[in-house]
Amino acid sequence: MHELSIVESLLSVVLENAEKAEAKRVLKIYVVVGDLSGVVDDSVSFYFNFLSEKTMAAGAQIVFTRTPARLRCRACKTVFTPENLDFHCPACKEQQVDVIGGRELYVDKLEVE
Amino acid sequence: MSVRILTIKEDILGANEEKAKMNRELADKNHILMINITSSPGAGKTSLIMQTIGRLKNKWRMAVIEGDIASSIDADKVSKEGIPAIQINTAGACHLDANMIRKALDNLDLGQIDLVFIENVGNLICPAEFSLGAHKHVLLLSVPEGDDKPRKYPLMFTQADVILINKIDVLPYFDFNMGAFSEAVGGLNPVGKVFPVSAKTGEGLEQWFSWLEDVLDRRK
Repeated sequence: MHELSIVESLLSVVLENAEKAEAKRVLKIYVVVGDLSGVVDDSVSFYFNFLSEKTMAAGAQIVFTRTPARLRCRACKTVFTPENLDFHCPACKEQQVDVIGGRELYVDKLEVE
Repeated sequence: MSVRILTIKEDILGANEEKAKMNRELADKNHILMINITSSPGAGKTSLIMQTIGRLKNKWRMAVIEGDIASSIDADKVSKEGIPAIQINTAGACHLDANMIRKALDNLDLGQIDLVFIENVGNLICPAEFSLGAHKHVLLLSVPEGDDKPRKYPLMFTQADVILINKIDVLPYFDFNMGAFSEAVGGLNPVGKVFPVSAKTGEGLEQWFSWLEDVLDRRK
């Protein structure tokens, strides 16, 4: 939903790190995106192509790694990935959970030359 | 030139988090309580703020930061009550970010304010990702939206300090199951308070006012 702002931030993280490493060109950007973050990969790539024009990241490929939502049952500590928005614990059927994964949104690594 | 791999591990929204922290520090320095209010469009954020202003304006000095994609309708309503209001038009963006809040704070007389309401853009998804530096997060959900929303928008519900179910005056006309709703919210967020209210009739608002005043009394 909010990929434009995210891509602006993504691009500045990429350029800052690439410049610090005295790179000439960014070839690949490895991004980790949690399923709960609401970020759509295609939309990120779409905005990135526009925003990265005339930067050293122009034409870079974004490689996405998706991480699933992970919930931990507060009653029996079972960790599970919810299906069909059902937050009931598959083990004890309680519905008391902490979100422990799926919110990730970070640049893991860059391939540069 | 040879190809190299740089390990980065840097949060994409890290810069926003930093700015949010600075907003919080600025508010603390001025002994201001900042409250971020989120909801879907039309759930009643502005009505809730107007009711709260009406009730508390003789006791606390308030200001409102209004986030909207366009227009200043909401800020105009607040200004009529003699309360400072800063309108942020996000020009299409679906959320407020920490930088916008900083600019709004710079336009308020912070020494003369106890409480700042931030009325976020109506949206249950995007604002959950962008910290603003607010001390408390109030989520407003209205009865016609349905009791399944905690399952559809879990992040927003896990982050809220208070969840207000608004428009309870129309409960008889909808299949909103308050028990199922409270169970789903409690499962995701055992510490969040759930207050059923009607910003129209005033029903249930007493518990919201007393929660708010209690937080104001304990602020830094």
